[in-house]
Amino acid sequence: MTAPVRIAVVYPDLLGTYGDGGNGLILARRAEWRGFEVVLTQAPSDAALPESDIYCLGGGEDGPQVRAARSLIEDGTLARRAATGAVVLAVCAGYQIVGKEFPGADGSPHEGVGLLDIATSKGTGPRAVGEVVGEPSDDAPGALPTLTGFENHGGQTTLGPGVTPLARVVYGVGNGDGSGTEGAVSGRVIGTYLHGPLLARNPALADLLLDWALTEEPPHVPCGGPASDGVAVAPFDDSAAAALREERLAATIGSRRGRPRRRRR
Amino acid sequence: MRVRLAVFTTRAVNATSRRLGRGRGTVAGGRSGLRVDPQLLQHLTASQEVALVTGTNGKTTTTRLLAVALGAGGVTVVSNETGSNMPPGHVAALAGNRRAPRAVLEVDEIYLPRVLAATKPAAVVLLNLSRDQLDRTNEVRMVSGHWRAALAAAPHATVIANADDPLVVWAAGAAAQVRWVGAGLRWQLDAVGCPSCEGRIAFDAAGSWACVTGCGFVRPDLLVTLSTGQDGTGDAQSTTYRGEWADGRSEQIRLLLPGRFNHSNALMAAVAAEAMGIAVADGLAAMAEVDEVAGRFTTRLVNGVRTRLMLAKNPAGWSELLELVGRDDGPIVISINARTADGADPSWLWDVPFDRLTSRVVVATGDRCRDLSVRLHYAGVAHVMESDPLEAVRIAHDHGHGDNGEHEHEHEHDHNDHDGERVDVIGNYTAFDELLRASVPARVG
Repeated sequence: MTAPVRIAVVYPDLLGTYGDGGNGLILARRAEWRGFEVVLTQAPSDAALPESDIYCLGGGEDGPQVRAARSLIEDGTLARRAATGAVVLAVCAGYQIVGKEFPGADGSPHEGVGLLDIATSKGTGPRAVGEVVGEPSDDAPGALPTLTGFENHGGQTTLGPGVTPLARVVYGVGNGDGSGTEGAVSGRVIGTYLHGPLLARNPALADLLLDWALTEEPPHVPCGGPASDGVAVAPFDDSAAAALREERLAATIGSRRGRPRRRRR
Repeated sequence: MRVRLAVFTTRAVNATSRRLGRGRGTVAGGRSGLRVDPQLLQHLTASQEVALVTGTNGKTTTTRLLAVALGAGGVTVVSNETGSNMPPGHVAALAGNRRAPRAVLEVDEIYLPRVLAATKPAAVVLLNLSRDQLDRTNEVRMVSGHWRAALAAAPHATVIANADDPLVVWAAGAAAQVRWVGAGLRWQLDAVGCPSCEGRIAFDAAGSWACVTGCGFVRPDLLVTLSTGQDGTGDAQSTTYRGEWADGRSEQIRLLLPGRFNHSNALMAAVAAEAMGIAVADGLAAMAEVDEVAGRFTTRLVNGVRTRLMLAKNPAGWSELLELVGRDDGPIVISINARTADGADPSWLWDVPFDRLTSRVVVATGDRCRDLSVRLHYAGVAHVMESDPLEAVRIAHDHGHGDNGEHEHEHEHDHNDHDGERVDVIGNYTAFDELLRASVPARVG
């Protein structure tokens, strides 16, 4: 494992509205803590998309979302790299545009990049805005714990037979097509509506993505354990993320430890 | 008759609400007044010369500075100083002083079209537009479009617009009279998509910009630009600010308020005041006396600790404030809430370059201190997490004091600090408010 791990945050100028750039930073730090060299790139929309091992796409407004999809299709790199083993984490608007079809500002359908067998249309109800809790699907990859995040979208996403849901919604809306599912997975491409950013609240998912990028056959390595490829995993401290997870889960679905204590004032 | 009844109602409800100790008593009365007379805002401002101030950041400060400038000649100016910036707050302030010939109103971004139609202002100040509370407000591009439509229908108003912000220029471009100010824009990420053609805006190092797709949308010619310079030598050097007019005029901007952004707000206010008949030099001279705005920037005591309280509630505001506090090296408390007025989603914390605080003593606090703690962890900022803000201030003071005695000598620019290190405290909306209410003014040493 001498080559550095290449992580690209895709089009932060178009898909950078909801702090999702944090996902790229989190992956980079965790890879470094595991002893890997990392190249983290903020890849702007006016340049060719760089060759990368992990691509992170975030949320964005309607107009920029359409432009991002058009540029990614013209550029071609994302689809080619996804077909040859690159890891893709696509959030919110990014999730919609890596599907087959998504709505523009006026609701008319636009062609997506087609990495995931999903189609999104403009929802009929109010925007889905709020906390989400999802239990990972049985056929979702890895052995992920409960997912927590914050959604803010007006689209409803229908999954085709080529993908499996990322999670079953136990709090919030998620895909919003009536199936009670959230997100979609196919191979090493994960799409989801969860901000937070997602990987800040779900470090186990970050480690799963890194496992995928670092190995041919991805074994899941829990935080702090020995890596199967012989690289020592630094015993880095996830207590801050654990505290955040506990608080968010308590604030939504409750827990045995009860709701967070009320503030004095 | 109806107006008088509405004004009476507004005042009575506000007085009662203040007596009961519920808030500062502005919104409840305003709401009641508007129920009696739905046109109350229009009626109260019918014979007044009105200026409106809006934008994502700097509204409260600019409103205050403009009110002071417009009062320079001894004219009474009424203003919604408490930051209640929707129509109930406006009528509450206006009902409190019906004789004032001039009014300066801070206006929530979403409410600008409504307030513009009701008040027929002489001047409208557009500061900037950037992401803020995305879970409850519209996309900034949509807000810019709404402003544009509203200003096109308001030919009576002179618009004072920050020409460095493409979204502001798009909005002001449809107005009949515009004074373009090069007020600066540190946070440019929300303005990259061209509002005119959906192409891409490119900024140059000097802050100018143009749409690279070639639709012709470019920064307009500036009436006046904010320029910065350095005064003095070595550690004692400080930044100076000037307004440089295209016609060759030049005015130094001297404020007690710190930071580039406040001087930018002052320049916008000075240009607005000039549009309403106050000479720029007179307006700036009046603004120079302002030493705090709604509790911000002055030294206050929190839990017995000398603090400087500041408000930052979005990435653009943080970018400006980090530039200001980054020059210091004392302890810093960051308090983050996610209540209704803050927005429920604090993921914007990941857009803030907190890694600039790596060498500081940092305490994370507020309802959402855990989100902040994870953010700081990945930014490589060692910190203490304490959910109680008052306790957090004490911890910051104790740590900052014990850690490094050398700090004392590096505080040339902080002449008030005789009683030990001052703690910088930055909160978002409700977190700031909570700390402000728990604080008392410090005696100037």
